[in-house]
Amino acid sequence: MKIHEYQAKAILGRYGVPTPQGEVAFTKEEARAVAGRLRRPVMVVKAQIHAGGRGKGGGVKLARSVDEVAELAGQILGMKLVTHQTGPEGRIVKRLLIEEGLDIKRELYLSVLLDRSAAMPVFMASAAGGMEIEEVARERPEAILREHVNPAVGLQGYQARKLAFGLGLSAESVKLAEPFFQSLYRAYLETDASLVEINPCIVTGDGKLVALDAKMTFDDNALYRHKEIRELRDLDEEDPLEIAASKYGLNYIKLDGTVGCMVNGAGLAMGTMDIIKLSGGAPANFLDVGGGANAEQIKNAFKILISDSSVRAVFINIFGGILRCDVLATGVVDAARELQLKIPVVIRMEGTNVEQGKEIIKNSGLGFAVADGMKDGAEKAVRAAGGSR
Amino acid sequence: MSVLVNEKSRVIVQGFTGREGSFHASQMIEYGTNVVGGVTPGKGGTQHLERPVFNTVAEAVKSTGADVSIIFVPPPFAADAILEAADAGLPLVVCITEGIPVADMMRAWNVIRGGRTRLIGPNCPGIISPGRCKLGIMPGRIHKLGNVGVVSRSGTLTYEAVGQLTHLGIGQSTCIGIGGDPIIGTSFLDAIQLFNADPDTHAIVMIGEIGGNAEETAAAYIQEHVRKPVVGFVAGQTAPPGRRMGHAGAIISGGQGTARDKYAAMSAAGITTVQSPAEIGATLARRLKG
Repeated sequence: MKIHEYQAKAILGRYGVPTPQGEVAFTKEEARAVAGRLRRPVMVVKAQIHAGGRGKGGGVKLARSVDEVAELAGQILGMKLVTHQTGPEGRIVKRLLIEEGLDIKRELYLSVLLDRSAAMPVFMASAAGGMEIEEVARERPEAILREHVNPAVGLQGYQARKLAFGLGLSAESVKLAEPFFQSLYRAYLETDASLVEINPCIVTGDGKLVALDAKMTFDDNALYRHKEIRELRDLDEEDPLEIAASKYGLNYIKLDGTVGCMVNGAGLAMGTMDIIKLSGGAPANFLDVGGGANAEQIKNAFKILISDSSVRAVFINIFGGILRCDVLATGVVDAARELQLKIPVVIRMEGTNVEQGKEIIKNSGLGFAVADGMKDGAEKAVRAAGGSR
Repeated sequence: MSVLVNEKSRVIVQGFTGREGSFHASQMIEYGTNVVGGVTPGKGGTQHLERPVFNTVAEAVKSTGADVSIIFVPPPFAADAILEAADAGLPLVVCITEGIPVADMMRAWNVIRGGRTRLIGPNCPGIISPGRCKLGIMPGRIHKLGNVGVVSRSGTLTYEAVGQLTHLGIGQSTCIGIGGDPIIGTSFLDAIQLFNADPDTHAIVMIGEIGGNAEETAAAYIQEHVRKPVVGFVAGQTAPPGRRMGHAGAIISGGQGTARDKYAAMSAAGITTVQSPAEIGATLARRLKG
């Protein structure tokens, strides 16, 4: 799960990570009120969306007066912010963070995340703050410092100092960096974050370290034990169909093709998207109905697929192991009748009771195509959707 | 003619009396797996599926002589169940549970790795040696005894590949579902090493997916050490970056973990790669002939 920058800064602040003074604003008037309370010579108006690259897209502006904050807030709120992470459709800005402007001497990069192959958290730091870390990794991999953290003992003082000296910080700043880095690690661990990223972390003119930006994402599997984080979910940042699917407990991701897919199992669902592409079409979604999908789930899945107006045909690809094909077929037929399905449907079934399943589909009078294998199914579905885009 | 499990394996089920545990335990028993008992804290001393229930894994091992455990415990308690099984000294533990918090798994794995317990999973379908031992949730009847080792991060996609092989008359020595989570016990590399050392495994099917670099690590090993034919598929060629595709571990992040990179590593290692999931069986059949 993703959260906004201002929410991440509030969490980090509670762990003792220094952040600029500031508050969230949802309207121009609120922005003016926040600026009035801050009253700094330089203030920053930052668009809050769940995507990076906001500065380049025009979503971050400096202001030198309360009036200017209000004016900029009026311009940015409601604007469609397009960045390299939003895609061409962009995001509508609905929240702003109004902050004090700080005196920046240096910009650093800091992050904590899981190193999968080491099965340990890794603390990453780089003196090339403000740049995207992927870019640094590509162009100057030696500029990235890494410390693996043993989860049994946490980030040790020497590790924090090693990173801080490695970044070329002054002795004075290193003293501040040690508790800063440890707070960051604690925040990562205790909130079940999958990523904490500070880019940039700045060194101010007087040698202080401040998290000028902050990004946190969380392990969805651990959200059950973090009510306060669940409450930070911003549905405006999510696709409406994905929200609806999540309410049904379906694993659904919207894509931009025309062949709707309904599959059991995540790997097979990805494989089905791939074979649709290989057959000259484009998948409209990823949809895993789960290993134990029942008639109700199939109906819910159909509802989601037909709500996507770009879907021209549906490809159902089920490998029935535990789920019997006759049960599946009955569920599909019932759901299609109840929802009065109009779009072409291609079904490929394999597994237990497959012959009975095929009979049920053929005898339903719904005119669904029954495929002979995954390849045949994908080709039929792509044709039914009007061929390649 | 199999790795890790066979007809002699003595299996206990953790989460034995729960809905999932009960259902799959009875399916395993029906397949012929030697299930000798189970564990559900608080239900010790009772019988379930005509087998004894114990309060702790240690008691179960002591009374039954079990050497394998399979875990169907819900996600908040699953890492604890893994640690309990390892503490009881079991050499093999399979964790089926999907949805374990990464931090829990990280702590558990850092305790048991390098020790005497081999963990398979979590978030996996389990392991099967056809005709001998089914230790998982896979449909037993699609498998056929033979000489191909199958290793995969996915469940149904493995069934798909196995179904294709069996349909072509090609049997399997052992199929290992290693799991779709970011932290798993047995890796591709571990499974490939087992298959490479097994005289009755003559060829290997490797089914990867986006996220992480375990496929690349295994490919490097294969290039150096494996002379058996290997066929590789990677799911998620069309997956958008930054999105988690169902499995917690199936995500392209920071440009890392793409299907393209994995295919490139596989090809460079001499693995026969397949772009279409419908061609896995046929491709292996060709490799076996050629």
